[in-house]
Amino acid sequence: MSFDKAISGYVLIKEGRVMYNDVVLFQLPDAAPAIFFNELYNALHINYPKFFKMDNLCKTVFLATEVLLKDRSLTGKYKAEETGIVFSNANSSIDADVRYYQSSMLAPSPALFVYTLPNVAIGELCIRHGIKGETACFVFDIFDSVFQAWYVDMLLDTIGTKACISGWADFCDEKFEAFFYLLEAETDNKLSIKHNSENIDKLYNHVWTS
Amino acid sequence: MDELMATLKKEIFEQLNLHHVKPEDIGYDQPLFGEGLGLDSIDALELIVLLQQKYGIKLANPAEGPKIFYSIKTMAEYITDHKKQ
Repeated sequence: MSFDKAISGYVLIKEGRVMYNDVVLFQLPDAAPAIFFNELYNALHINYPKFFKMDNLCKTVFLATEVLLKDRSLTGKYKAEETGIVFSNANSSIDADVRYYQSSMLAPSPALFVYTLPNVAIGELCIRHGIKGETACFVFDIFDSVFQAWYVDMLLDTIGTKACISGWADFCDEKFEAFFYLLEAETDNKLSIKHNSENIDKLYNHVWTS
Repeated sequence: MDELMATLKKEIFEQLNLHHVKPEDIGYDQPLFGEGLGLDSIDALELIVLLQQKYGIKLANPAEGPKIFYSIKTMAEYITDHKKQ
């Protein structure tokens, strides 16, 4: 099926598992975040040394986007200005903020300081995937699919955005999850899901069966 | 000097999270920036912090940075000279 403004792909990372377009791609349920991130990085055969310098929120969104775009490239289909990223989370960049605060007791770490804003994660994705359109990071208590659907729909309707990475990514207290989907103004992709809050919730609230 | 360079290499790899290269692949004479380890400006700041934190040396003249941080060897020489003072 094809729709105007359709979800053409999605990735869900939670409870140590990674689902990509309805298929479980990777799992390491009991691993600590650092091990999970490194193993997923290796499994995806990524060669991007900067990954190892990123904070945990950036690693979460970076890996989610690597999975989401593993079979395609946005720059191949769209102008950079036609692509955007909008995600939300509950804990902003608190993980990096706390680590930076702790480092400042001895000598403040510049490498930690640069990650003390959640939208730095967006910058990392823009650099990696050549995205130059609208970007935003919102902070909510929980994932608000109604707001998310409304906001990214508006970008596609009003400012010429044609593809937008959209969703939720959070890291706090060694717990993390990410749900990103690719919204396209037009798509003939096999996976084509109508963009509305009900469908977004259905994907995000997936329950693992085994 | 050899012992200091070995320690320094270990500290640099730890401080800068250099997981994409093996310590044995980097020689003491090899440039840290550009074609060497490919470090960036944030890494340069981290090296300044490292000098201060581990060796108690404050960089007096930032313009000397490129010379001091050229390689592990030049860093070790700078540390040796300034610890004597």
